[in-house]
Amino acid sequence: MSTPSPNDPRPRAPAAKLLFESGSAGRSAVLWPAEAGRVEDAIPANLLRGDIDGFPELGELEVLRHFTRLSQRNFAIESQFYPLGSCTMKYNPKLNETVARYPGFAQVHPLAPPDLLQGALALLYELERALAEISGMDHVSLQPSAGAQGELTGLMLIRACLRARGDPRKKIIVPDTAHGTNPASSTLCGYDVVQISSNERGVIDAATVAKAMDESVAALMITNPNTLGLFETNIEAITEAVHASGGMVYLDGANLNALMGIAKPGHMGIDVLHMNLHKTFSTPHGGGGPGAGPVAVKHVLADYLPVPRIVKRDERFEFDESAPQSVGRVRSFFGNFGILVRAYAYILSLGGNGLEEVSRMALLNANYLRKKLEKSYQIAFNEPCMHECIFTDRLQQRSGVSTLDIAKRLLDYGHHPPTIYFPLVVSGALMIEPTETETRETLDEFIDAMLAIAQEAKDYPELVKNAPYSTPVRRLDEARAARKPVLRWEPGSSEGQ
Amino acid sequence: MRYTPHTPADRDHMLRTIGVDAVESLYRHIPAALRERARIDLPEGLTELAVRKRLAAQAARNAASGDWSLFLGGGIYHHFSPSAVDAIISRSEFATSYTPYQPEVSQGTLQAQFEFQTMICQLTGMEVANAGVYDGASAAAEAVLMARRIQPTSRRRVLISRALHPHYRAVIASYLKNLTDVELEEIPFDGSGATDIEALTQRLNDRSMCALVGYPNFFGVIEDLTSIQNACAKGGAQLISVTTEALALGALKPPGECNVDIAIGEGQSLGLPMSLGGPAFGFFGSRKKFVRSLPGRLVGETVDAEGRRGFVLTLATREQHIRREKATSNICTSQTLCVLAATVFMSLLGKTGLRRMAEINVLRAHEAFRKLRERAGLEAVFSGPWFNEFVVRTPRARDTFTKLAAKKIIPGIALENFYPELKDCLLLCVTEMNEPEEIERLVDAFAE
Amino acid sequence: MEIPEGLKYSKEHEWVLVEGQSATIGITEYAQEELGDIVYVELPEVGEKVVKDDPFGAVESVKAVSDVYAPVSGAVLEINDVLPDNPETINDDPYGDGWMIRVELSDLDDLKDLMDAEEYAEYVAQQKEENDDEDEDDEEEDTEEEEDEEK
Repeated sequence: MSTPSPNDPRPRAPAAKLLFESGSAGRSAVLWPAEAGRVEDAIPANLLRGDIDGFPELGELEVLRHFTRLSQRNFAIESQFYPLGSCTMKYNPKLNETVARYPGFAQVHPLAPPDLLQGALALLYELERALAEISGMDHVSLQPSAGAQGELTGLMLIRACLRARGDPRKKIIVPDTAHGTNPASSTLCGYDVVQISSNERGVIDAATVAKAMDESVAALMITNPNTLGLFETNIEAITEAVHASGGMVYLDGANLNALMGIAKPGHMGIDVLHMNLHKTFSTPHGGGGPGAGPVAVKHVLADYLPVPRIVKRDERFEFDESAPQSVGRVRSFFGNFGILVRAYAYILSLGGNGLEEVSRMALLNANYLRKKLEKSYQIAFNEPCMHECIFTDRLQQRSGVSTLDIAKRLLDYGHHPPTIYFPLVVSGALMIEPTETETRETLDEFIDAMLAIAQEAKDYPELVKNAPYSTPVRRLDEARAARKPVLRWEPGSSEGQ
Repeated sequence: MRYTPHTPADRDHMLRTIGVDAVESLYRHIPAALRERARIDLPEGLTELAVRKRLAAQAARNAASGDWSLFLGGGIYHHFSPSAVDAIISRSEFATSYTPYQPEVSQGTLQAQFEFQTMICQLTGMEVANAGVYDGASAAAEAVLMARRIQPTSRRRVLISRALHPHYRAVIASYLKNLTDVELEEIPFDGSGATDIEALTQRLNDRSMCALVGYPNFFGVIEDLTSIQNACAKGGAQLISVTTEALALGALKPPGECNVDIAIGEGQSLGLPMSLGGPAFGFFGSRKKFVRSLPGRLVGETVDAEGRRGFVLTLATREQHIRREKATSNICTSQTLCVLAATVFMSLLGKTGLRRMAEINVLRAHEAFRKLRERAGLEAVFSGPWFNEFVVRTPRARDTFTKLAAKKIIPGIALENFYPELKDCLLLCVTEMNEPEEIERLVDAFAE
Repeated sequence: MEIPEGLKYSKEHEWVLVEGQSATIGITEYAQEELGDIVYVELPEVGEKVVKDDPFGAVESVKAVSDVYAPVSGAVLEINDVLPDNPETINDDPYGDGWMIRVELSDLDDLKDLMDAEEYAEYVAQQKEENDDEDEDDEEEDTEEEEDEEK
């Protein structure tokens, strides 16, 4: 620690330690009562381990303090405005947390006899129906654990269906604006990926799709609205073109927050889609999950849905494993049930009218931001946006300030930055999705910050380029982390300063 | 409306700013044919109180562990979780943040994940571990895909023990079905309840890519990983160990010490509620030399512009948002908050506490089995050593379920549903959450 | 921008140093600048065949991966074993210590399709201009929009 001086008032609280750099031998926060017997009498000694070397040895207060302090180093929706494009960082209701923790949901075992799980099965069944109604589709599976797994499942369904027709096909068409999970999921499903370009207005032309379609193409994966926040206005002609060649259409439903009460995917010619419950349906992001990515399909794909299906016979609910053409399972048990409970509580709370209002207000907030920022930042597309809008850093680049710098400077203003450098078709993209749960005042604060940074970029570009200044760490060396990966603590490694 | 705060004055101001007269104008460019049919036909939204009452009633129709005596395992386990775990994961700074793409304001999540990766390495004995995947079953599928990346194209046969969890085998099959170069082969189990090592050795050849065995397996039996690993190494195949009951690693020799190539499993036992099977998480460890083939997120240590230690997502070029169709996997959102719960859990239990918890499971389960054998005449079906789950044969298993349900006891899982050849067999699990008097009632009920 | 004489260059920004029947290959200064800090290099194995215009390896920065294309066909004689542990060598010295592979040329005619230093210098200047043109177009658009608002 350096000596304090009047010229150096920096805080002197100790730097964050790792769990393994604190504590004392023999400490534990959990005391077990004595239990008779010796383990070696039950299990041969050669199958047993020694100590768990290096594991933490901490008291309970130590653990609480450690993680509480860590939490204070995070930005989160409940502390900061978090306008990440295509992530839908809306308020995560506490009610959902309360009900998910009811013992009858949290303390139930999935392999208990179904007769003893009727409340849970009823919830799953009703959630499936609600999601089918919201998306305008026919059947739903709640199994996939996240959007990407939903994509993989949807593509598996398509593959199974086409194979049953004797025509599995080889390729998936993916727009240049697609989220990276789209081509990654396609590869996982054994397909080759063909990219098509959006036009200069940021949407896909039906003619482009028609040209790319042939008998080797199994499906088109499309996002609507797309990752530029624009509604794919040619969607009906596009899906017609795909179907005319015997292909199917997959919708990446990540941007569903823009569509409720406005347009249903089931009416657009979509055969299968996934929804992100941790986006549109308010379940918490958790720093990167858990989420849920249920798939919804039209009748044509129903036979291939993962098993088990939830069925209602008389007034009883059952798990039905008997679908011979099913693609099988994509995860153990029934999905991220705790997340499904939260989403269900949200749908009950909002109701049909409420969900429609969600999308309207999401559009209102996004367009308000767009209007207020478009004089100071170059807008990527001069079109009405839906729930998110995209700007570039072209104006700020005149003084050498980039999207990355703007993002880092926003941290000093107490806001989480928007999504940056995605989608790739927009150079230096800043993708802003406010969501409907933000007040006008919060949006105004964010606008003020963005305008201030735009001014700073003109007057003091170096200030912006070296931001942030107020965060616990700044400008971490990611090249070093990639060149010489250190992925775990080792005994004997020096403590962080 | 619930959660949307706009007053009429807000709306007016915002619409005027945008330069339109109604919100509907903002989506007028959407084809009318779509707009006109878009109504969501669901009932009116309920108040908070009404939602709570309704869902409480629905929850009451499920057999929960507070009221019922559960002796169920089979991949999800009823274990103690200290109050502090939920207190920490309920902090909104953890629960409502996003994937750490802006590391300067995500050091909480990133450091916790780094600590998690470290503890998984310590628990499994592996050199490197990722920050978690969806569940144990998808971890198994991802492990096979990883072996496929590492092994030459001449090796494409996967040997899977029949004693591996049926859901896991199903998920591997679903994932691999679409990759036409891979073949799956089942290896039988023998009278010990473990994988038939001779059968495995016979099937290992120069086309074998990898083998998967449970550790412990679905029957609770502890496989001889060292012998299996020797056979695999000789055959040039990678060995993947699959642990559905993570607590077992608190007592058993770590897979890394048995020299396995990839060690994966389900982490639910480490402080997560059963929650009908999810959300929890899959853990994933491997040899260091395979690190660039790992799926899922990796957190690495680095320094910032002022030399302070910090943590970042790293080796991201493996991942979907950069590598797209050539990514190691498609994982984006994972199970981070669940991984945090496990990190807190492992910190609270610590070096001595986790081991002791595992030991109590062994002692209590073996004691329960002894009583069932002596007083109720139940015989073990398998002879192999086991952790906290065991298989007994009981005539008329279905009647047993009905009789014990009346006493609010669920006596395990009827294995016939998964293994037709194991008729009248029950898979019972006994943990530290099964009180001695509860076990007495179970034994008495069987003894009747 | 350094573009040494005596080397040949490809459109994908690789350089070739021909020595009799063998050639040393790397990426140019322009390429390494575009990539930023290089964190990892994927190289073929000695003995492997490389095919003209096909990728033989990859160069990774923190946020991107770029395939490296073979400017000529041949068999790999040697790989630069400094690069696995010190990939930043390519940033520091792309034409010298940052060489990637040395191959035995299978067809000297392949060299005909490559550019010499002067041609490559023009090519790079063109690439840079194209990038600047994009900027200028956007600026023109901005000017037009501003005029509308003043009305």
